[in-house]
Parts: sequence; structure tokens; C-alpha cells
Amino acid sequence: MYSPHTAADREAMLRAIGAASLNELVAQIPADLRADGFDWPTALAAPELLAHARALAAKNRPLACFAGGGARDRFVPAAVKALTQRGEFLTAYTPYQAEASQGTLQAIYEFQSSVCALYGMDAANASLYDGATALAEAVGAAARIAGRKKILLPESLHPEWRVVLATYFAAKGEPTLETVPCPTGRLEPDELARRLDETVAAVVVATPNFFGLLEDGAGIAALAHAHGALVVAVADPVSLGLLEAPGVWGADFAVGEGQGLGNALNYGGPYLGLFACKKAHVRHVPGRICGMTADADGKRGFVLTLQAREQHIRRERAASNVCSNEALCALAATIHLALLGPAGLREVAELSVDKAHRLAAKLGAVPGFRLRFAGPFFDEFALECPVPAERVRNALLKDGILAGIPLGGYDPAWKNVLLVGATEQRTDEEIDRYAAALGRLAR
Amino acid sequence: MNLLEKLSIEKSVPGRRGVRFAQPAQPAAAWLPETALRKTPPRLPEMSEFDVVRHYTRLSRLNYCLDTHLYPLGSCTMKYNPRANEEIAALDGFAATHPGAPDAAAQGTLEVLWRLERMLCALTGLAAFTLQPAAGAHGEFTGILIAAAYHRSRRDRRRTEILVADSSHGTNPASAVLGGFAVKTVASRPDGRLDLDALKTALGPQTAMVMLTVPNTLGLFERQIREIADAAHAAGALLYMDGANFNALMGLAKPADFGVDILHLNLHKSFSTPHGGGGPGSGPVGVTAALEKFLPVPRVAEKNGRFTLRTKIRGSIGRMRSWAGNVGVALKAYAYLRAHDAATLRSIAENAILNANYVRAQLRDLFPPAVDEPCLHECVLRTEPEKLNGIKTLDVAKRLLDAGFYAPTIYFPLIVHEALMVEPTETESKETLDAFVAALRAIHAEALADPDRVRAAPHELPVRRLDELAAARNPNVAW
Ligand SMILES: Cc1ncc(COP(=O)(O)O)c(C=O)c1O
Repeated sequence: MYSPHTAADREAMLRAIGAASLNELVAQIPADLRADGFDWPTALAAPELLAHARALAAKNRPLACFAGGGARDRFVPAAVKALTQRGEFLTAYTPYQAEASQGTLQAIYEFQSSVCALYGMDAANASLYDGATALAEAVGAAARIAGRKKILLPESLHPEWRVVLATYFAAKGEPTLETVPCPTGRLEPDELARRLDETVAAVVVATPNFFGLLEDGAGIAALAHAHGALVVAVADPVSLGLLEAPGVWGADFAVGEGQGLGNALNYGGPYLGLFACKKAHVRHVPGRICGMTADADGKRGFVLTLQAREQHIRRERAASNVCSNEALCALAATIHLALLGPAGLREVAELSVDKAHRLAAKLGAVPGFRLRFAGPFFDEFALECPVPAERVRNALLKDGILAGIPLGGYDPAWKNVLLVGATEQRTDEEIDRYAAALGRLAR
Repeated sequence: MNLLEKLSIEKSVPGRRGVRFAQPAQPAAAWLPETALRKTPPRLPEMSEFDVVRHYTRLSRLNYCLDTHLYPLGSCTMKYNPRANEEIAALDGFAATHPGAPDAAAQGTLEVLWRLERMLCALTGLAAFTLQPAAGAHGEFTGILIAAAYHRSRRDRRRTEILVADSSHGTNPASAVLGGFAVKTVASRPDGRLDLDALKTALGPQTAMVMLTVPNTLGLFERQIREIADAAHAAGALLYMDGANFNALMGLAKPADFGVDILHLNLHKSFSTPHGGGGPGSGPVGVTAALEKFLPVPRVAEKNGRFTLRTKIRGSIGRMRSWAGNVGVALKAYAYLRAHDAATLRSIAENAILNANYVRAQLRDLFPPAVDEPCLHECVLRTEPEKLNGIKTLDVAKRLLDAGFYAPTIYFPLIVHEALMVEPTETESKETLDAFVAALRAIHAEALADPDRVRAAPHELPVRRLDELAAARNPNVAW
């Protein structure tokens, strides 16, 4: 299909090889291992392919998105899309040949720097698969550094992320994971204190947490450190336009889902795992890291560095198995942050907070509905419904609204809880439409 | 300062803005406690939109990429990335759908995922696929967790070891260790294939799985794959196929026929999705019917033309990441496959094999192949420093950059001394390959006549050789 060869090309090439036919070359695969047929649809010509794809895309329903849970409908400036679609970025590989990859490498350095700036950390890598896998890597690194086996995970961490961690470590059997209950929606210091001892390698704390609530990061970090445990923070990078950086309040590692920085929702991926840490831990970082250096003339340049951690050198002794990452999503995030700057990021965060709070006030005023938890929240909140949340979500589809994520699938105790969020993208009209639709449902 | 291009932060001017948003009705202080707010803004650049566009456009021009240069990276399958796929994946209906949307609102995406899984099943002969893994290494890890779950389900607790070939990619042993297994390396024979006798000796009641790359990283078919599968199965172990090199088998052979139990494919290699400077990828994992129940959730199901996402499946290993996978990448692979019929699929592999052999045939006198016989999708050549004034593969690679070609994969597989691993892919023309061959032959001649020139390469690039040692000794990884 995309091969340029003419029959004449093929013949000339076969002659140069000294093979009589393509079949002769293919015969390296023994005949009894070759397949004679494939159940395959007919090929679509270019216009039909696009039409087919459009028809499929039209089967998805456009909705005003009030769902979050680590995937946010955020504004992506046109320049982000235009620049990331440039072939020079799009069609390059991992920058193995640094001299021919300075564009990608400098962009990675800028990405790492931006992530460090947001999280208040000293070192970051070039990205991981998504927020959940970044957390799994951080937890694994923390356990190795601490030389201890137990990880404390609050119930206020995304339940899917908790499952990812359990999946990652199930076969190996370590580190072991212990869930700290959060009846108030937050990680309470006494619940944590009761479980902290010299076997705990790290405490994970998400703020804003899964329910949108702000945790007492500094208090938790002090408590964990007093027991010799490391602190792994999870934070939405957009929130850090406004909120104190985890590195400042005491986290040793910080991870996050970076999709909201310049990347589309894409039904779950590709997303962007952010990973940062304090300087002391840089040699435990998984994946690619770009570092600044100089060339033979003393000119500044960038290379992939600290590769002695990586699988292609260390094989079974590597810090992680990660090879390919989410480089293009990281580039989108870098460009996005350069366009927004500190002021723009703060505006996005403030708009989201403001809209989420105004929405929460309206929804909480609908008879039968209330906020499940007290305490300050960022741009998401848990709405307690009088009926199963899934029914509420389904009912509002006809109003063109994705009302949130029903949490009953994660925990039967949360059957009536809907996780609702707003971003800078949601309009006053949509917020009013949501509240009105919920009001009709309540009647 | 002596530099190529300032950093964005060095171009920052206080007060400049690239995007503006509306003002919130109430400032954050109205809603959030003062103590939670950051005291100093993050140190991000302040630039106009035009500053940003110019900065990253200028950076992009410092890159070689597939669109501008032959990129013959062995084991990476740098084939043309069709732009139709980009357009399709970016369609609003797909791109704007939240992963938490109910199935009823995501039928289009679910249908694509389901169809793609069926197509991967047809191509490989395997019973079921998951599209959840985000890359090849993530797929390997998924496969390893499936193997662990399989043995656990049989209450067979002795299976603590995974066998990998000495020619395997570094991710294979690294993934095995992540899954809690010990790794034992099995040697290859001088003909580049796994040593079946060594494998049989290594196999035992402790073996959980054998991991094999097919075709292997020398670009050669493991002719004894059936015997390898039989030996593994006889010992109670599973056979894993690293399918990163599937381009050579596309439309020609089905790994299920080899006796493979679990495999991963790299959509960002054989299936034409772009590498994006290092990702995103997608590493779907296929399994036999007996292993299907262990696949991670969520899984796409179909009934009477309606598609659902199942999240609760008994036996499943769990979740490998959040949500369903790198859907945007899967969409591109789906578009790629729909552009082909069974015959053109086969021509992908045939032309890839043709191109690799064409390059091999014309270089084998100067850069001897690691194994001198016809290859599949790639050929592994060697530089001979002892005949070339001490010029090494690294020097040849850097000099190739001067000639306007990205370098092949170098020093991999580890079992080949001074390896140059060349994978031209089927989308390169004869003219391009001729120019590449001519460039390598010229470098060989130059290494004999003027080795210092080669050793000091590159000369024509934005920077000369970079000091990697200094970078690692004193890491500077952020501004
Ligand atoms: C043979 C082989 N296996 C596995 C991988 C890992 O794939 P990924 O980079 O997508 O994780 C690669 C990638 O280079 C490979 O060449």
C-alpha cells in the first residue's frame, strides 16, 4: 500500500540480491508455518476510509463534560496542535542520536523543567505512560530506596489507580499495599498515624484527591517522615497553578496525570504520566531523562543521560522496564505551559475552581442532592444522589450532559455518589442546564 | 553563551502572555484556604503565542525525522506514518470523548476498539487481545502477569523463572523481573537462532515462560519455533513472543500456528503509528483461548451490534493503567489496517524483507552481516575496527548523520560485536536505499583514507559530539 516499489524496482532489487523471486526470500519462513488465508475485510480507498471513520466518530455522542477522575476536558490552544503535528516532532524516534535530535531533546529538557517548576522538585523524567503507572513506578522506587516493603494508600486515591498498583505488584508480592480508610473523604492524620511504623516505605497522598478535596499534605508529610517513610504525592498539574507545590510541603516524589496540559480526552489515552522527585533520588528515576551538556566545541547541547538505570543497559537489573514513553504528549504539555505561562495556568485553575463551586452550590441545592463530604475542594466534588448515581448520569444524557462519573462500580458503598467536576471549558449556560435537568429529575 | 537555541525560559519576558482566559466570577481566595495556595508562581516561561510558535518551530528544525530523512533504526520499524491516520484519530467525535462516558455515548470508539481486536486476532491467529498496554514493554509486563496468574490458577507455585534469549531486547528481562521472576538467559547459536539444546537443558519445573522474539533481533526467523514451543509446553511453561518485529510476518504467518501462547505487538512499529520522539506507543497483547480470562480489564464486548466495556471479569489480572488504553494510537492502527486487503498486507512484509535484503546484499562485502544469509525485515551488519583504522560502529553512525541519514540501531543486539542494525522498512524507495548504501560505502572508504575525519564526526550537524560522561557525572536535568 505505502510501498513505492514498481515491478521494475522489485526486479532490479531481486537481481541485486541474487534471488529469483520474492517467494524465495519469504521461504525463510518454513512453508508449514506460513498462513494461506486471512479473514480480512476489503480495503477501503482513501475517501471511503475517511467516510467510514467519520461515520464511526459520529456514533459517539457530543456531551457537555462534567466528568473528571483524571481525564479533563480542557482548552487546548491551536498552536499546541499545530506544533505537535510537525513531522519533525511527530515522526522522530526516541533521540538516540543526540546530534540529530536536539529539537526533541531540548523540548524534553524544557518539559522536565516545567514539571519540576510545577511540583517544586529537582528532577523529572521525560514522561511515563499515564498518572497511574507513574505512581506505580514512584511507589516501587520509594520501596527500593527505603528498603522497606509496605506502602500506605489512602482510599481517597483514584480507585482505578489503586487497582493498577495492586496489579503491578501482585505477582512479585512486594511492595505490599495497605489501604487507609477515608470516611471523611480525606486522609485523616490519626488513621495514618495508627498504621505508620518502621515497615512503611512510603505514604501516598493525592491532593486534590479523588473526591476533589484538598488534603493536609504538610501534616501528612511530617507524620510520615517522623517514621522514616517517604512521601509520594499525586497532584493534578493544573491545580498547581494555584496550590502549593508538593516539593514545598514535603513530598519526596510527585506524580500526576498530565493529560489536562494540552492533550485531548481521547477516550482514555494517550495520556501523560508526570514523574518528579527530589535530587537525592534521581538515580532511581525510571525511563528516559534528558540532561544538559556541551559538545566538543563547548557549545551547549542535550543528551539522554543516566542511562545506566535503563533496561537496554542493565536488562534484568534495570530500575524499570520502560522504553517508549509518551513523548509527544509531553511535548504538547510543554508547549501548552509555555503558551499559558504562570498567569494563564493560574487563570485556568481559578476558572475551574470557581465554576466547580458555583455548580456545586446549585446541585447541592436540588432537593435530595447534597455534597457527600465537607471541606475545601478544588474543581471536582462528590455529589450524593437520592438514587443510584448511574441513573442520574444516564438520565442527563438526553440533555446533552455528561453529569459525572458514578462511583458505584468502584465500591458498592458509593452507589449513590456521582463524581462531578467543572473546568474552564464549561459555560454558565451548561452549568444552569445541568442544575435545571437535575431539578426536573428530583421532581 | 555558545548555544544553538535559547531555552524557552531564557526567552521569557515578564508580563508576556500566549493565551488569555476570561476572569472568574470570584477569585480562588473565595473558595480555597489561604494556606493551601502557593506562595510563589511556578517558574514557567512568559511568552507571546508567536514567541512560542517560533521557538518550537526552530527547535523542530534541529531534528532529523522520518519525514525528512531515512531513519533505518533496526527493531524500530520507522515506516511512513500516513497522514490520513492522523486526521482520523483527531476527529472530534473520537478525540473529545471522555473515557468515563457511558457505553451508549461511546459506541463509535468501542466499535473501533472491538474491530481492531478482531483484526489483530485474524493476523496472529490468537483468540483474544487487550489494547490496554501503552507500549511494547508494558505489553511484555502484561504478558508476564498473565503467565503468573495462569500458573497460580493451577496452584503451580514452583514456576519462578523466565527464560530469555541472549539476543532479546532489554525490556524482556526487565519486565520479567518486574513480575517477580528470576531471569535465565539462553544462548543463541552461531547461526543467530536460539540454541534448542541449551533451552531444553534450562527448561524445568521452575520455568514459567520462555520469551522469544520472532523474527529475532538479528532479523532471522527462528526455524525451530515449533520445537521450542513443544519443549516449553512439555515442561509446563508458556511461550511468549515479542512481536515488535511483526512487520516481517504481516499477512504471511500467524504466530498462533507457531505454538505461541502470549504475544505483544507494537502498533507504533508494524502498524504505522508515529513515534512522536519517543511515544506514545501501544502494545496490544494477544493470548490463546485458554488464557483469555486473565486479560486485564476493561475489555470490549459486542452483542447484536452494541458494544460494551466490561470492567469486572473473574480471573483478570486487573488493570495495567487507567482507562482502556492508548485509544488515539489504536485509531491510527485501525485506519492503517482498513486501508489494506489481505494481499496488500502481505506485500508490507514482502517489501520490508526485500528492502532489508537489498541493503544487506550491497553492503555485505564491507560491513559483514552477523549471520551471512538472507534476512527478514532487518539485517545486522558489523563494523570491523581492526580493518578500518580503529573506526567503530559509533563513528560510522555519526558520519552517516553528516551524509543525511539517521543512524541504524547500534550496539544491539548485545551478542553482535560492533553491531549496525538496519531496518529500512517497506516504505523506502530503491533510490533512497541506493543513496544510503552509497553513503555507507563512502564512509568505509573514508575510514581507510582519513579515519580522523570519521572519528570526529558529525561535522555538518547543529552540534558536534556531545559529552555524555559529563552529563551523567553532574546531572543538569531542569532549569
Ligand atoms: C524487540 C523489541 N522488544 C520490545 C521493545 C519495547 O517496546 P516499547 O519501546 O514500545 O516499550 C522494543 C522497542 O524498541 C523492541 O525492539
